[in-house]
Amino acid sequence: MSLKLLWEHLYIVICSEALAIAVGLPLGIICYLYPKPKKAIMQVVDILQTIPTLALLGIIMVFAGAGKITVIIGIALYSLLPIVRNTNLGLVQVNPGVKEAARGMGMSKMYRLFNVELPLAFPIVFTGIRIATVNAVGSAVFATFVGGGGIGFSIYNAIKAQNMGQLMKSTAALVIIAVALDFGMGLIEGSLHRGAEGKKKKGAHLSKKKA
Amino acid sequence: MIKFDNVSKRYGKKQILNKLSFEIPDGKFAVLIGPSGCGKTTTLKMINRLIEPDEGKIYIDGKDIESEDKVQLRRSIGYVIQQIGLFPNMTVAENICVVPKLLKYDKERCDQIVHDMLNMVGMPYDEYAGKYPNEMSGGQQQRIGVLRALAASPPIVLMDEPFGALDPLTREVLQDEMKKLQKKLNKTIVFVTHDMGEALKLADTIIFMEKGQIVQMAPPEEMLKNPSSSLVRSFLGKHSDGEMSSISVEDFMRTNIITVDQDRGILECTERMARSGVDTVVVVDEEDKYVGTVSIRDIKLRGMGENTIKPLISRNVQTVQRDGNAQECFDYLLNSGDNYVIVLNEDDTLAGIVTKNSMAKALSEALWG
Repeated sequence: MSLKLLWEHLYIVICSEALAIAVGLPLGIICYLYPKPKKAIMQVVDILQTIPTLALLGIIMVFAGAGKITVIIGIALYSLLPIVRNTNLGLVQVNPGVKEAARGMGMSKMYRLFNVELPLAFPIVFTGIRIATVNAVGSAVFATFVGGGGIGFSIYNAIKAQNMGQLMKSTAALVIIAVALDFGMGLIEGSLHRGAEGKKKKGAHLSKKKA
Repeated sequence: MIKFDNVSKRYGKKQILNKLSFEIPDGKFAVLIGPSGCGKTTTLKMINRLIEPDEGKIYIDGKDIESEDKVQLRRSIGYVIQQIGLFPNMTVAENICVVPKLLKYDKERCDQIVHDMLNMVGMPYDEYAGKYPNEMSGGQQQRIGVLRALAASPPIVLMDEPFGALDPLTREVLQDEMKKLQKKLNKTIVFVTHDMGEALKLADTIIFMEKGQIVQMAPPEEMLKNPSSSLVRSFLGKHSDGEMSSISVEDFMRTNIITVDQDRGILECTERMARSGVDTVVVVDEEDKYVGTVSIRDIKLRGMGENTIKPLISRNVQTVQRDGNAQECFDYLLNSGDNYVIVLNEDDTLAGIVTKNSMAKALSEALWG
């Protein structure tokens, strides 16, 4: 197992999460703003989650060919569920009094969304991103089957060669990445939640910048 | 002026508002009250178009609000709600400046507004402007809620049970402040409550609603005096005339009265009047029994050649017993045009008088404690 594989692995995780956020966040907002497409979006996202990873990667490979792109798209699709769900949930559960006040004071729908609802929903949205990211670390192992590289490559080889030492090292690296990401993002999440409650911590600055 | 013209609203089969028509003149404090589900909150929210009517028109200063842009309309109307709804991610200053910022006021002007607003309710700028809502008590938060609604000086402010979630003491204080602010800033306020005490305390006009219609629209005194239905009366409850009628005349009569003996001379009598600054004195006999009254006018007109005041005594002034019903006494004073009535003890001796002043005082005490 080399450092290159580790970077490859992280690269896949980061790219796929970026893609998942870029797609999932707007989808979550659409679910919140428009109840009609919500059901359809949620169902599609749910179904994506139930397809076995290898099968999904295989299907994508048909279109995107072997390589990192296939893995990144695949994991991004997997990550949609927690991100879309949490974005929608976070927006829905913003205090109704705050929402009504915002409406009653004459904020337009979009102004409300970007200046009140999203900043207040952000801690929960971030929780979704955290769950998705940690999951992605595990899913990215399958990259090796479609030529995407990453730590999966090292694990696969170790299994084939029955090299227990390498297997242990690779798995340990995987676990450490996952735990470190989870812990780091957990810290950010905690301060976001405190911020959303209005303490002079992070989170408050989200909307203050606008002020 | 806010005008409702035949406004109706239904949700499914349920009729919320039924051909509602009324007007609220500028600068008035109007309170909407009634049992839950009577449509009072719906009525309020129609004024800033949070709810749209199915039928009928609503006018503000003669302009049909349907023809105006919703968002612009709301920026020109203050809005205070029971849940307070301060933005938890914004400081007090930022919360107050929400509407000014929407209206694109520049930074200095916003700053000035925050200073003025906090100053108005006696909250020091340095201490509060940078605070976040959850660092303050509920009462303080709602104060900021009210200031936020007033910040862009809207001529109309809508308040939906704003003090309903506060403890009674804080509520009292905020009610007093609100009344003062309204007097000072001369806003038109539409206020929803289910607390009759609050309505009586704050309102210029109470609009009592039931089943989407107005049962009675009247100033507080009028509603207290003539509740138009048993429901209104039951809402008035302890505030109503029921309690007042148990108050007797002696509870609010004045007892320090200028009296003279019926055998006294005119000169002595006029001197007494002059010294006490009154134009009428009550005349009593040797046993302190009530005889009548003598006014300076009687003395001027008919006093020539008389020695004592006895021939000048008038018995036209209404008398009541000291345990008599206060309400009857008030009614008499209101309707007769007399300035006072004489109160007698059981043995016809003088007990005191009730003037219009003492009546007003008793009423205000009953209303506001």
